[in-house]
Amino acid sequence: MKTGAKILVESLQHEGVETIFGYPGGVVLPIYDELFNSSLRHILVRHEQAAAHAADGYARASGRVGVCLATSGPGACNLVTGIATAYMDSVPLVALTGQVPTNLLGNDAFQESDITGITMPITKHNYLVKDTADLGRVVKEAFYIAGTGRPGPVLIDIPKDVSTKVIKEPTVPEKVVLRGYNPTYRGHKRQIEKALQLITAAERPVIYAGGGVILSNASAELVDFATQLGIPITTTLMGIGCIPGDHPLNLGMLGMHGTEYANFAITESDVLFSIGVRFDDRVTGKTETFAPHAKIIHIDIDPAEIGKNKRVDVPVVGDVKAVLQDMISMLKKDGLRDAWLKKIKHWKQHHPLKCPQDGRLHPQFVIRQMSELLGGEAIIVSEVGQNQMWTAQHYCFKNPRTWITSGGLGTMGYGLPAAMGAHFARSDIPVFDVAGDGSIQMNIQEFGTISHYKIPVKIAILNNRFLGMVRQWQELFYDRRYSFTELPPVEFVKIANAYGIEGIKVESPEDVMPALRAALDCDGPFVMDFRIEREENVFPMVPAGAAINEMIGGHPR
Amino acid sequence: MKPHTLSILVENKAGVLSRVTGLFSRRGFNIESLAVGPCEEPGMSRITIVVIGDDEKIEQVMKQLNKLIDIIKVSDLTENERVERELALIKVTAEQGTSRAEIMQIASIFRAQIVDVGAKSLILQVIGDTEKIDALEKLLRQYGVKEFVRTGTVGILRGSKTVTSGK
Repeated sequence: MKTGAKILVESLQHEGVETIFGYPGGVVLPIYDELFNSSLRHILVRHEQAAAHAADGYARASGRVGVCLATSGPGACNLVTGIATAYMDSVPLVALTGQVPTNLLGNDAFQESDITGITMPITKHNYLVKDTADLGRVVKEAFYIAGTGRPGPVLIDIPKDVSTKVIKEPTVPEKVVLRGYNPTYRGHKRQIEKALQLITAAERPVIYAGGGVILSNASAELVDFATQLGIPITTTLMGIGCIPGDHPLNLGMLGMHGTEYANFAITESDVLFSIGVRFDDRVTGKTETFAPHAKIIHIDIDPAEIGKNKRVDVPVVGDVKAVLQDMISMLKKDGLRDAWLKKIKHWKQHHPLKCPQDGRLHPQFVIRQMSELLGGEAIIVSEVGQNQMWTAQHYCFKNPRTWITSGGLGTMGYGLPAAMGAHFARSDIPVFDVAGDGSIQMNIQEFGTISHYKIPVKIAILNNRFLGMVRQWQELFYDRRYSFTELPPVEFVKIANAYGIEGIKVESPEDVMPALRAALDCDGPFVMDFRIEREENVFPMVPAGAAINEMIGGHPR
Repeated sequence: MKPHTLSILVENKAGVLSRVTGLFSRRGFNIESLAVGPCEEPGMSRITIVVIGDDEKIEQVMKQLNKLIDIIKVSDLTENERVERELALIKVTAEQGTSRAEIMQIASIFRAQIVDVGAKSLILQVIGDTEKIDALEKLLRQYGVKEFVRTGTVGILRGSKTVTSGK
């Protein structure tokens, strides 16, 4: 005979869960009591939003399902932004929430909120468990749904009496069978052949690779395929890391803040091989002029992504890794496209990303120094805004799952808690959070958590006393009317010190590397407050709604 | 833009209908009619939804519906030979005398049944496709339609084709 809470904790362990991120409260008391003597590691965050982001960071860094836990009502509601973040970026997450007892459901009881109703559009699936006997099966299904197919968050809402009730535990079948859920992994052979024919006949092919490559652990296959045929690869924000940053075929990121050469290559391509991407508006700009001369091939495990934003000539529904493996096995060697690669090389030489060097402290320089110091052997997490774009542009990533950022939802405050989660997944390498002074203050209470558990996250704040990305848009498109984007100065080192965290303020370029080294050498968490050029912009930039080859802030063509 | 009749086979579980309707509203679709009930397979229900939209949008909404875990199958009946029916109850003002006789005459032409006779009103029950019911309601308006209730369209494919779980 077992309580629901015990069944829950044992089910989590059965799924291989080691670490969960949570915050206690009234209706999860029975679950917390069970955790008290459990071998599960529970990390107490300082705000439930951070629990969701930490579980998300854990999942992205490890490729496993992340788990967070919160109480009913406000606790559950505080998870919402984190769940939505995971949903937009297809991150496998199981969110556990307490709920008021079943006899009070729908009564507007203390700390009651309809969290399954609230999270319906931002979860892959969710459950309200009304019978303790269902709990084991539901946990099993939730992990299966979260981690298979196109991954995503699954929420399980557990009323207090479901946790406390003592029952004889029913056996849960090892294999999950859901008649409404059967993801397609293998691509259709005929479609794969068609795709290969198009690619091998192409003169100016480009691979447009996204988060699906990372999620499917298909980076090696992608690079193998591209190298065999000599096809350049541009990545989305979410795809960064699927090909080494310094690989000769890598074009860097495309889209709104992409490299000029990536956007030129897309615009001139005759075949666009799109892999695990969703033709997001930040990538395509004006969709009509995106890859205007190209036949488009699209691999995705989610059939709903195919043809959603842009008409596709050859769709292949399937897992990126499985499809690429099939393609590689069917590949016949052909000549590399010398003329095309030569043209791209020319663009790369004449349109590089700019890194100003005038003796003042520029954020691009900070990121490049970080890249030089870490050599790709670290996990870099970012917040959202200019800090995120400078990192995506200027840091040379070497491996998949080492770049962790909120792409789809663009959640400020994501970075610090996600970095905490990433550390628990990969404690073997350093974790850096690149932040802005705006976004770090959205979850700055997590200084408490990293101090409490001595989580060695290194926080690099690119401090310009502005909400920089919004200020940039105001400068460019709103006549420099800086409406509510200027922030008063904050001494972040003092805040860090108050939490028992070391830190250093940096005001000139020559102090950047020593500060980064100090951070790396420090055993615990460390805060770097970089006082950067206040009105630095992220360039190049495609204005909203323009074609992606119409960039501002680039080089003359 | 034309009406599409979608037949959706779902798990008979709490919250399924709100998952389905929530998806329609989130993607900006207006549901013209909706009918739900248990079906031939135990533990499942069938939802019939009529929605107006261009083919690409309908395809997208069907793909999104297919992603819902509790949805077993989605079919657009509009692409096939099918039977569609709707039932309506119409309470119409019918004073003693000519109007009452005329209403009964109209009812018989439409093969509608009189299911309630009151001192000043009649209730007609009619079964047919949407156009037929619209036509009857329009004709009855001159006498005064006091209340008009319809079930929403249900549809089924002609011949031996089915929309089932395939088991």
